[in-house]
Amino acid sequence: MDQVVSLLQGFGVVLSVYHLWLMLLGIMLGILVGVLPGLGGPNGVAILLPLTFTMPPTSAIIMLSCIYWGALFGGAITSILFNIPGEPSSVATTFDGYPLAQQGRAGEALTAAFSGSFVGALLGVLLITFMAPLVARFALKFGPPEFFAVYLLTFCSFIGMGREAPLKSIVAMMLGFGMAAMGMDTMSGQIRMTYGLPQLMQGIDFLIAVIGLFGIGEILLTMEEGLAFKGKAANISPKVVFQTWARLPRYWLTLIRSSIIGCWMGITPGGATAASFMGYGIAKKFSRNGDKFGTGQVEGVLAPEVAAHASGTSALLPMLALGIPGSATAAVLLGGLMIWGLEPGPLLFIEHKEFVWGLIASMYLGNVAGLIIVLSTVPLFAAILRVPFSIIAPMIIILCAIGAYTVHNSMFDVGLMLLFGVVGYFFKKLDYPLAPLVLSLVLGDKAEDAFRQTMLASKGDVTIFASNWLVGSITLLALVLLFWPLLVGIWNKLRTSRQVPAT
Amino acid sequence: MGISRRTAELAVAIGIFIIGIAIIGDSIHLGIGWSNNSPEPGYFPVRVGGILALASIGIAIQALLDKSPASLQEFVSWQRFRLVLAVFVPTVAYVVVMMLAGIYVSSALFIAAFMAVSRKFNWFVILTISVGSMLVVFWLFEIEFLVPLPKGPLETWLGY
Amino acid sequence: MPFKSSCSSKSVSLLKGAAFGLALSSAALFTSASHADWKPTKPITFVVTGGPGGGADQMARLIQGVVSKYKLSPQPMIVVIQNGGGGGQGFMDVKGSPGDAHKIMIGLSNIYTVPLSTNLPFNWRDTTPLAVMALDEFVLWVNAKAPYKNAQEYMQAVKSKPDTFKMGGAGSKREDEVVTAMLEQATGSKFTFIPYKGGGEISTQLVGGHIDSDVNNPIEHVAHWRAGEVKPLCVFDKQRMPFKTKVTGDMSWGDIPTCRESGINAEYLMLRAIFMPKDVSKDEADFYVKLLAKVREKPEWKEFISKGAYKDDFMTGADLTKFLEEDEKRHVEIMGKANFLAKK
Repeated sequence: MDQVVSLLQGFGVVLSVYHLWLMLLGIMLGILVGVLPGLGGPNGVAILLPLTFTMPPTSAIIMLSCIYWGALFGGAITSILFNIPGEPSSVATTFDGYPLAQQGRAGEALTAAFSGSFVGALLGVLLITFMAPLVARFALKFGPPEFFAVYLLTFCSFIGMGREAPLKSIVAMMLGFGMAAMGMDTMSGQIRMTYGLPQLMQGIDFLIAVIGLFGIGEILLTMEEGLAFKGKAANISPKVVFQTWARLPRYWLTLIRSSIIGCWMGITPGGATAASFMGYGIAKKFSRNGDKFGTGQVEGVLAPEVAAHASGTSALLPMLALGIPGSATAAVLLGGLMIWGLEPGPLLFIEHKEFVWGLIASMYLGNVAGLIIVLSTVPLFAAILRVPFSIIAPMIIILCAIGAYTVHNSMFDVGLMLLFGVVGYFFKKLDYPLAPLVLSLVLGDKAEDAFRQTMLASKGDVTIFASNWLVGSITLLALVLLFWPLLVGIWNKLRTSRQVPAT
Repeated sequence: MGISRRTAELAVAIGIFIIGIAIIGDSIHLGIGWSNNSPEPGYFPVRVGGILALASIGIAIQALLDKSPASLQEFVSWQRFRLVLAVFVPTVAYVVVMMLAGIYVSSALFIAAFMAVSRKFNWFVILTISVGSMLVVFWLFEIEFLVPLPKGPLETWLGY
Repeated sequence: MPFKSSCSSKSVSLLKGAAFGLALSSAALFTSASHADWKPTKPITFVVTGGPGGGADQMARLIQGVVSKYKLSPQPMIVVIQNGGGGGQGFMDVKGSPGDAHKIMIGLSNIYTVPLSTNLPFNWRDTTPLAVMALDEFVLWVNAKAPYKNAQEYMQAVKSKPDTFKMGGAGSKREDEVVTAMLEQATGSKFTFIPYKGGGEISTQLVGGHIDSDVNNPIEHVAHWRAGEVKPLCVFDKQRMPFKTKVTGDMSWGDIPTCRESGINAEYLMLRAIFMPKDVSKDEADFYVKLLAKVREKPEWKEFISKGAYKDDFMTGADLTKFLEEDEKRHVEIMGKANFLAKK
């Protein structure tokens, strides 16, 4: 009850004309950032951060969180319409989103994506509102072994003994790990795999890889059809919206499951990108329509989007309460907090009450406003398809180049982006799965660090992964998920062998 | 007529093999065993490199042994590949020009080139859109956001 | 359009400037031993060799903010993060820009630790040092629930069980591990050092009990200290910190004993210094030194110093060079004994 009172006070702080105007502006900027393939959440927010230095902290964080919000929503638009993810966390949305668009069902896909985002974000905010102290204490239980177990779980949930050519999947994963290892090795202070090139000292940012592989790569692929975009017309009439909404409750299990996965990944720093993959992977394994994922299943759009948004939202909790950013964008926001002189920590909730609750209140409003704005601006974005290709194609490439440059202020990254574009082209055509590559790139470094930190602490004892209930259960879950198809196969065999053979 | 799928598979497999070896090469001097009770910096990379090298050999063998009709198909026909290059080569040129003349000039030229090639616009429209959009981007990034993007001689001459 | 108008007013101001410059330089010809005061003519790039939001970044942005607020420079400062390779990337960039008077860099102790531990072909002598702006204090922290009342008790426990107690620190072979090595060398004990990516993560690990102690800067632990979750044992300095305002209920920064008082002969202060490339003229360097001195007079700076409990030392010129030489020697010694130096 206490929290509801604080929340209402927070609404009081937020509901000023100035703040509402900032929120609107923030959401629109955020959607723009999310849609543009070059500007992902992290570098988009980083660019806009200095704009807020002149504002009072409460207003600044409201605007930034709305930008964050808008970006989460917007990323799905280009994923579905163009097969170019606007954000790394929207990569998984392309799997079923784009096929849906190709079947002429873009409106359904977009509605599902946005609604899923709304639900995921709402659950994330509810979690923050009512369970912040509990969750914060839970997050404290995570040491290196637990972190590693979480990363292991993410991998195992996504990588199954699936249909893709195993050797190629392995290659993709290993390439991701290799790239993740490039640069400074936290554990030894040594620099790895720079081959004498100082520009490689910072490693390969996953944003550059995603922009290149999925942005430039997709454009190159599309070129084969000639100078035109295969982008499908997206008619998003209110009728389509309501029809889709009517069908959503059918997927209640997926919604809840993905929200839990998302909240989990936000709190135990996994990040929105990893959450989206995990949400997709688990939905694929456990849903009735799992086999058809990839051909245009609405559920395949819901699962990753819900997870990504729940994660993006709940990532703010450890960021505020403990100073641990759960995602790259949260890390930028954290930097902003410090610059405004606010220290994240348990006292933030007590000493800067109006700030925290103003932020939380703005999240509720931002969520609703975001959904409405994004649904109504879809025709606008779809109209982009009508802009002559010869203008839009170079502009997208230019935006990708700007996006790639602004990550580290380096021209080298722009060149790297081109290289990834070529790789993306070849890999997509030769059926090398790109998703494992992205996942390994995102988590590889953190997973390796966690493993080595664990070994340092346990003196090389691997049984530490079973030493307490938390790490043990996560590890067990990970192994179960990894071998799930195998287990299911064995189970089925056992069942059919007992049945009377039908002749 | 075009590049056969088998050729493409082999080319990529060779590329991956080279990457694998390069990774192994760099990792050895970092130490590939365990020290101090935990893996050395080269431990995981060398195994990653090894797996890459082995897997690429496997893929190459698979490609060579694959006699199915799908494998003999084209990876891409010259005709389509030319179209891809029609976008890729200018993009590379764009990045090169960017290094010399800055992003604003090169982007304006890039847009203008595309529009000119499509033959759908007259020069006035091309100029307005290409230069105009870059002015907006310039204002946005250099003046509003204070995010420096690569600049070249034109901007230096103008005082930036 | 904004661009066009600034263009034409620029040509006007260019003319004005030329006329003024002509007048000024002719006036200067008549004064002996005068130099035209150099001022920057294009935006200044401020290279940050630390991660976004980290200590170096915060200080750089503070300086940028103060400079712009009080109009201390005719050209804006643009903060650029180049923290690849622990900052090595930024170092190499500055080394590779001799004569560029529009570039400055902020460096912390990574200016020694990175080249010494990784063979990076860089040394601070490849730059023009401008000033030390402040020094970071290091404090030994343990979890509030730990049974040790002071540093002595803790270090005795650590000494009795070598390689058992876990010390968390940022990075490997960087300042945290150097301080730990110094602590070990001064007390004859051995920790298990666990490197983490950043100070924030370390403080939560200490609160969660996953590590036994850390040597974070005051600002990295202040929130948890005030919440009663961690407690400071001693500060690695010759004297106690000068701050007397109570931070927690009953303690101020100044109430933390020095490690010397607890019988541990170890002290470490980390520099936060500004550098610029080599081969710049004295006037150019002087501009920045004067600029930085002016920044320090502003209330925003004082607030920053007291919030972070920094040592507000300002060193330039010959003092600075002497300090850097001695500081480097110390690092070579400690790192050498602890075997952190890279094999050539």
